[in-house]
Parts: sequence; structure tokens; C-alpha cells
Amino acid sequence: MNTPLSWIKAYVPELECTDQEYTDAMTLSGTKVENFERLDADLDKIIIGQIEKIERHPDADKLVICQVNVGNETIQIVTGAQNVKEGIKVPVVLDGGRVAGGHDGSRTKGGIKIKKGKLRGVESYGMMCSIEELGSSRDFYPEAPEDGIYIFPDTAVVGSDAIEALGLHDTVFEYEITSNRVDCFGVIGIAREAAATFKKPFVPPVVTQTGRGGNAADEISVEVQAPDLCTRYCARVVKNVKISPSPEWMQRRLAASGIRPINNLVDITNYVMEEFGQPMHAYDLSTIAGKKIIVRRADEGEKFMTLDGQERILDNNMLMICDAEKSIGIAGIMGGENSKITDDVKDVLFEAATFDGTNIRLSAKRVGLRTDASGKFEKGLDPENAKAAIDRACQLIEELGAGEVVSGMVDVYPNPVKPKRIKIEMDKINSLLGTDVSLDTAKEYFKRLEIEYDDATGEAVIPTFRQDLLGRADMAEEVARFFGYDNIPVSLPSGEATAGKLSFKMRVESVARDIAEFCGFSQGMTYSFESPKVFDKLMLPEDSPLRKTVNIMNPLGEDFSVMRTTSLNGMLVSLATNYNRRNKNVRLYELGNIYLPKSLPVTELPEERMQFTLGMYGDGDFFDMKGVIEEFFDKIGLSKKEEYDPTDKKPYLHPGRQADIIYDGRKVGYLGEVHPQVAENYGIGDRAYIAVIDMPEIVDLATFDRKYTGIAKYPAVTRDIAMVMPKDILVGQVEKVFDEKGGKLLESYNLFDIYEGAQIKSGYKSVAYSLSFRALDRTLEDKDIVAVMDKILAALKDMGIELRS
Amino acid sequence: MKDRLQKIREEAISKIQASDSLEKLNEIKVAILGKKGELTEVLKGMKDVAAEDRPAVGQMVNDTRAAIEEKLEEVKNNLSKAMREAKLKSEVIDVTLPAKKNNVGHRHPNTIALEELQRIFVGMGYEVVEGPEVEYDYYNFEALNIPANHPAKDEQDTFYINDKIVLRTQTSPVQARVMEKGKLPIRMIAPGRVFRADEVDATHSPSFHQVEGLVVDKNVTFADLKGTLAQFAKELFGEETKVKFRPHHFPFTEPSAEMDVTCFKCGGKGCRMCKDSGWIEILGCGMVHPNVFKMCGIDPEEYTGFAFGIGLERIALLKYEIDDMRLLYENDVRFLKQF
Repeated sequence: MNTPLSWIKAYVPELECTDQEYTDAMTLSGTKVENFERLDADLDKIIIGQIEKIERHPDADKLVICQVNVGNETIQIVTGAQNVKEGIKVPVVLDGGRVAGGHDGSRTKGGIKIKKGKLRGVESYGMMCSIEELGSSRDFYPEAPEDGIYIFPDTAVVGSDAIEALGLHDTVFEYEITSNRVDCFGVIGIAREAAATFKKPFVPPVVTQTGRGGNAADEISVEVQAPDLCTRYCARVVKNVKISPSPEWMQRRLAASGIRPINNLVDITNYVMEEFGQPMHAYDLSTIAGKKIIVRRADEGEKFMTLDGQERILDNNMLMICDAEKSIGIAGIMGGENSKITDDVKDVLFEAATFDGTNIRLSAKRVGLRTDASGKFEKGLDPENAKAAIDRACQLIEELGAGEVVSGMVDVYPNPVKPKRIKIEMDKINSLLGTDVSLDTAKEYFKRLEIEYDDATGEAVIPTFRQDLLGRADMAEEVARFFGYDNIPVSLPSGEATAGKLSFKMRVESVARDIAEFCGFSQGMTYSFESPKVFDKLMLPEDSPLRKTVNIMNPLGEDFSVMRTTSLNGMLVSLATNYNRRNKNVRLYELGNIYLPKSLPVTELPEERMQFTLGMYGDGDFFDMKGVIEEFFDKIGLSKKEEYDPTDKKPYLHPGRQADIIYDGRKVGYLGEVHPQVAENYGIGDRAYIAVIDMPEIVDLATFDRKYTGIAKYPAVTRDIAMVMPKDILVGQVEKVFDEKGGKLLESYNLFDIYEGAQIKSGYKSVAYSLSFRALDRTLEDKDIVAVMDKILAALKDMGIELRS
Repeated sequence: MKDRLQKIREEAISKIQASDSLEKLNEIKVAILGKKGELTEVLKGMKDVAAEDRPAVGQMVNDTRAAIEEKLEEVKNNLSKAMREAKLKSEVIDVTLPAKKNNVGHRHPNTIALEELQRIFVGMGYEVVEGPEVEYDYYNFEALNIPANHPAKDEQDTFYINDKIVLRTQTSPVQARVMEKGKLPIRMIAPGRVFRADEVDATHSPSFHQVEGLVVDKNVTFADLKGTLAQFAKELFGEETKVKFRPHHFPFTEPSAEMDVTCFKCGGKGCRMCKDSGWIEILGCGMVHPNVFKMCGIDPEEYTGFAFGIGLERIALLKYEIDDMRLLYENDVRFLKQF
């Protein structure tokens, strides 16, 4: 909502403040000023001058030399403007003054300084201005010539302030009005708040009796067939309309509010909409069949041409304004082509109605047409305001001589709204706010807001325009606003102490972040929704369960249309971004949810599973990735040995370089090298590695409990063994033998050599381990170790593993 | 005998004195004190000495031996010291050569900001809780006093899964879920991902993060809300930070407010970051609306409470002066490395 301060001051005449003071005070009392613009900020030393004489420039065909009377003197100005004539009155910027911008409408911050100088050798002591140079445009000053100097009417006073004459000594404030304050979507509502904020008298426009005889009821009848959707319908008639430009003051106020002046009739409806927040519509009375208005629901599938020339298809939840034969407007949204006002209109029907806000909002959405009017109606307007607005419009018509207003109004208003009453209990208001405001003080705040207080019942009587005030909490806010949020004291909650804490899940996630970062991975974040096409990029088969997704009904586009069922795509896209930007040795991790539907179609919330995803390219390989996982598991108390199962064959991973991670018999994640085809699909030109840990599984197993087990006092004994085994035996199988047969005495083992090639028969590999034995209670003897080694070697032999001689 | 000993002593000491290495010193030691050494030879001749003279001569031999050993030790120490020093001199390194780093990874600025917030509120006794990101319409709207067809539902540009299920547009539904459980008093914050149908640009993202706060107890006041959030602002932005509360409207709080803090770049003098106002809008807050209490089964006549919602990205962008929100979701390591 943009409104010039001059308009507010018209209703709060005693208001005296700077622009900044106004901004601050209004914002603190709840009418937030987003920003303001001084219309004359870049204008300086511009007065009204009259051209007395025009001569040709001796050395330039396109320039003329003007002698311009600027009041106390006559100065010489050289101009290239085509529309100069002797006798016209024009804005003149004097030597040392400033204009806002160029002739083409471009603006210069701080304005452009104008100095006297020579044009093709002839002295020029100033400049005559176009409306664009004054920082505005023909949209708002339609009388300005299309190309040339702005020309004032003959009544303009030579030597007086041109900025004043154009109404540019003003400041336009832009407000952020919250959706509950319907009343503040009109100048009157804001002015009422301004008066209350500055404790000044509020003087709204007074609408006197209008009409020059006759009776509207003889001209028109109104039938509301859908009273649930149309709470009030006011109709008045104006005869012998004379379309002409509206007066300057009205044009200026509309222009400053960002509304283009058009003609008196249109301007009056726009003016009243700005002033009262009540949209109105004007119909050509001669087009209304049967002199009758019927408000009813549209027929299903009904086609209707709105006044913008578009055909709209309606449904029977939409409300229509009709005459005895046909539809003439979509209620609250836009009138029809068939009843629109043309320049040769004679008699006009004015409509000011109120409709069900939700219905208008939904209809506007369905018909795909959101107008200024529907934007106001959808907030749910006050029916009392409709009558005030239509009377105001008629008053303006009379004042402007735009037509002959017929007396009386046809008013269909079956259920007049009654002012609500809210009990005021100051003790409860004060205990909610933490204040000590007296009832008298509160009553004084209420009075400023036109809220009456009924001493007999202790109730506040809420004016109908304040539809937001429904209960005690709302009244507490009114008290707080005018007591001043700043004046409310500051304290801390005093109740029983509570323990601040993170959940166990969050603590485990926090360790995941620490470990990932220690291992060189930086944290990324990616979107929760992605394109269904990613499943093809990941080479998932058609029947993959990961393709069963939770879908968004109204996505921003296909690329953001399904909730992810795997975190891989986000990670691969991020790696690819880095790869494309030539970042080397990139390591990233993410902690984010995947969303698995419990049923399709979705009937309940999907399962959200936190995934700890690691991805890297550059330095490092499969085993670096494996190391990160094992470090993490160690830190969260997963002390058993992880197992790696290479048999699952995930299509997006290298078939020979991948494994499920098994812990305590449970599958808790997987890791592997990204399949080269998938890497290519994403544009990653390097070997990339991925690991995904399914956090719910891990959180279940994690523990931060630790028990000290003592540091060994007796020496360890080591035995090295070198084995020759078929290539397809995994060292994991060998280690499993160590674990199972090593007993209590085998403290640890360490792979120190693995070799294939010369000296080893083809299809075999050589693997060497160092085994470390120790007892907690004694020094081991050779026979102890031999006994264990025999068991281990026997088991290895059974697997076809020989000791290397 | 006496003369011989005296000679051995003088010659030995002068040789020791002249040695310039531990090896030479050892040679001298062997030549004099060794099994075939000069002094050992003298001792061997003791049998020829008259019995009554033997104690005196023995004493003389021992004295000579002691004097030589003492000198040996002294010179040896000096030599060792000199050699250590020479070695240290030869081992000087260029300390300005590059460090060997572990290349530790970096935390996302959102997470850093969130951890700051958590630290502050956990310290004030708040529990950190989570709720689902895909949420029932009921919790996201209805339980928060936003009934069906309320314009606020459109304002928030909701992503729908179906009529009943949405991507949550705010972390506020966690409030309703916690209150519904009925365990009072409540002091909680709920961080998490939220979604709105905004096209991606420098200041918008269809997915971002909020932190919700909720306190419910007997006698909680608007003054408590102000005090709590003022303390939070000081902890997050520095002790000098001032706060300003402006009336605002949210369906689920009444009275409602927005909180501004003094610009932490210019300290309130006015700069580009605060658009010359000296203030920066940080969060929305208010007293829990009685209708919300009723929906969640809490008696608004007995309990009051306050709630607040903070945009995490907003804090991160402001605090780290990041000028484009898209950077937060691109995961370029050159960006992440700066945190």
C-alpha cells in the first residue's frame, strides 16, 4: 500500500512530523512503513516561468532561444524542445538547481545539477523541464505532452514554486499491512492509526446527504440469491454522466499512490477504493436488462467475457452479478465486456458490495484472474463500510460535476453486522503482558481507536471495521501497541527449571560431522526434492523400490517434483559442480533426510530417514572411505568388527568395488566407487567414491558408555605368517578365521603385505600378516602360541590356503 | 718413583688437554690407564717397593690416577658439549617452509549458525526437538489457528503432497506436536528444514531452515519474551546489541511482534547491510494464541506462553555477509572452506 503523506494529513490536519519520525512512530505502533520516497528529493530551484519571446538560434536549426519571465527577472534559455510557444507557462530550473533525471525518463541518483552555460555559442541561464525530468511520467500526469516541455494551465502563477504546483512537495510512504488489518488497506484506516499514534484529532471525510431527487429504487432493483456469499449489496444510480478528466488534486493523489488517472468516473472509483478500501464497480445502466441486478452462483461451465476481452470459464462455486437476462460481472473480480462504461455512457449504476472473502479468493484463483478489487475482497470487507464508500463516491460525483446523483440507495443487507463486545479484564491483560496498565489508560487507547468502552458491563464495543479484534489477547495487543512495546519491561521466565539438552540422535549426528570433518570432508546441503529422471541417471532398474516416491502435487517444475528416496543424486551433483569448476581433491558430506512412502498413493506421513552421505574424488580411494566409516563407528561405541559384503551389486556403483556395510548382522549402509557410466552421466571425470550410512540403524546401535579394561602389563609376542591363497578368497575371510580361532590370546593382527605376480602361481596371491599375542595375567610361553597358531593354520588349510615356504 | 709418577701425570694432562676428539681421548685413556698403560705398569712395579713405603707410594699412584681421570672427564664433557652445539647448528631449518596439514573439512555455515543458537538456548534450559518435514496439513495450519481456506495458506506458497499432507512451510507445527503431548512446562527449540514454493534466486530458496522456540508455563509474560530474546541477541551478536520489538501479525500468536537488532556491521549507525536504518530484522515472535492452546488441549486461562521463529539462512547470510543464498546449496568447496 503506497500513500502520500499529504493525503494522510488531510484527515489528521494537526499531524506535524518529519518523514523519519513518521516512519518510526507508525512502525512501532504496528503500521509498518517499509520505506518512503520524497518526491522532491532530487528537485531544486524549479519555478513557473512564462515564455515571452522565441527566436531562432543563429547557428543551430534545432535550437531556439527563449526569453522566459521567471517572476523577478527575465532570463534567456536555449532549448531544443519542439513544443515551446510564446505565452506558455512552464517549469524552469534555474542556474544551480537540480532535476531528477533525463528527458527519456531515466533517473540519476541525487539528481542532475543544472548550470548556466553556452549552447552553440549562445548563453543559457537554466532549463525548461519535461515531466520525466521532474521524476514522474505521463502515466501520472496524462496532460503532459508526449515529447516536450510540461505546460501549466494559464492560471499558474509566474515565479511561484513549480514543484508545489505539481504536488511534488510530498512523501510517498509504502506500508506493509498485515492480512488481519483489513481496515488499513484504505487511507482512512491508516490515517486513524496515525492520529492515534500521534495523539492528534482524526478528521475523516464527512459524507453529507447526496442526490438531487428521484429514487434509486425506481431505477433499479436488486435480488441477492446467494446471501451466504454476498453479505451486502449497495446500488446507486447517476444520470447524465459527463466524462472528463478529474481535477488535479485527485489526479495527484492517485498518481502518488501509483494509480494512473484516466477520467473522472474511473478516478472516483479508484479514489474511493484507496480511501475507504472498498472496491466499487460502475455499469452502464442502459446495458442492464430489466433494470434488475441478480446476484447468484454461476452455471457450471458458463462462459463469460470479462472487460479485458478475455473469455473465462466459470463453475457454480463462483458468484456472478447478473441482470434479468445475462451475466454482467464476476462478483468482486472483474466486470463484463457487455456492461462496461464507454465514453458515450449516459447513466451509470454504481455497485459497492461485500462478498465472502474465501469464495472470492478461491474463485480468483480458479479463474486465474487476481485484480486489485479481488485482492481487497478476499480479505473479507466490512459491510458497513460499503455504504459509506458508495455515498462518498456520489458526493465526489456531485462535487466534480460528473453527473446527476439519484437520491436513495438500493441496499440488500439481510443480516447487518453488530459490533462485537469483548470483556476487558485488566488484571489478565497485565499478567499476559507483564505490565501494570490502568483501566483508564487502556480506555484512553481504545478511544483513540474508536473503540467504545461500556462502563456498565466492563466491555469494549468493537467497531465493525476492526474484524481482527476477537478476544482478550487481541485487546492485549491494542493495549501493548499504544503502551509501547518498548515500554513493556524485560524479564526472564521464572518457573521451574528445565534441563537443556540435545536428543541422542542429534549427539550421534554431531559426532558424524566431527569425524567427517577430521577426515577432510566439508558439509554440503542439497534439496529434498529432485527430478524423477535422476533414477535413470543412477541406472536404477525400472522395478527399483527407490523409484517409489512421494510426489509433490504443485512442484516448481519437474526438476523439483519428487521427494528423494536416496541421497546419492544430491551428492553426485555437488561433486560434479566442484569438478566442473576445477576444484581438486574434493570431499563432501551431507546429513539429510530421504523420504520413503509407507504406501502409495500416500495416505500417511512418509518415513523420514536421516542419511549420512560421504562423497569424494581426487586423492583417496575405497579404503580411505572405509577408514572414515570405521573411525565414525569407533567414536560412537560400535566396537564390534564391521563386515563388508560385496555381493549386492548396486547398479550405480562399480561392480567390483562396492560393499554393503554390515554391523552386528544388520545392514547399516554401503560404500563403493561410483560406476564410471554414472560418473559420466553426472559429468565427473575422475574416480569418485561414495558412502551412505543409514543413521536410524546406527543411532539404534550407538552408545557413549565406555568401560576401562586395563592396560596390558605383560609383553606381547608376535608371529608373522605369509600365505598363498586363491585370488577370490577375501582377506576378510582370513581375518574371520583369526577372529574365530585366535581365542583370547590373539590380541591383534595386521596385514603387512599383499602381492600377486612373479613367484606366485597364476590365480593366486600372497598375503602376509603379523599376529600379536598377549595374556593379561602372565607372560606367554611358546607352547601357548603354538597351540593357537595350530588351530588357525588348520582352519586356513581347510580353506585351501597354504603357508608360503 | 715419585718423579716418574709426576712425569706421567704432567704428560698425561697436557696430552688430554690437547685432544680434540673423543676418540683421541679414549686412546690416551688406554695408553695410561689401560691394562698395559703406563700407570698400570707403575703399579706392577709396586712389588719392588719396600714394604714400609708401599702405602705412601700407593697413595701417590691413586692420586695420580684420580687427577688424570678427573681431567679426562672434564675434557670429555667439554668436547661433548661442543659437538652437540655443532650438531644443533647444522640442523637449523627454515621455519617458514609450508606446514603439513591434515586438510580438515569445514562445517556448513547453516550448521555453524544453528549450533550457536542451540548452545545459547540449551544453556537457558531449552530442549532441542525435531518434527517431520513432510507434515499433516492439520499441524502445519489448523492446529496453529490457520483454518482451512485461510489466506495465510496461500501467502506461504505451500507445496502439497495431497489434500492432507504438505511439505511443512514452517517449524511451528513442532510446537503443536509438543504441546499436544501435554508435558508441561515446555521450553524447547525445534530446528529444521522448511519448504515454500519460491523460485530459486539470490534471496529465495524453495527449501530453507527455521528454528522454532516455545515456552509454556504458568505466568509467562510478554516481558519474559522480550527478556529472553534480548539475551539471545546479545549472546549471538555481542553484548552491545540492542533489540527493538515491532507489532506484527501471525495467526498463531497474539500479541505478535517482529524483533530487530542493532546492525552488527555498523553498530546501528547505518550502513549498506541495514539499508541505513541501523536495524536488522531477525525474527518473528509473540504470545501463544489462546486458540492454539485450545487446539492442543492446554487451558489458556491457566497457562500462557511465547513462541518465536528464526530463519537460519537469514542469520547465516547476515552474520557471514554472504550475498547470494544459492551459494548455500551449491556446495562449492571454495565457499565451504571459508567457514
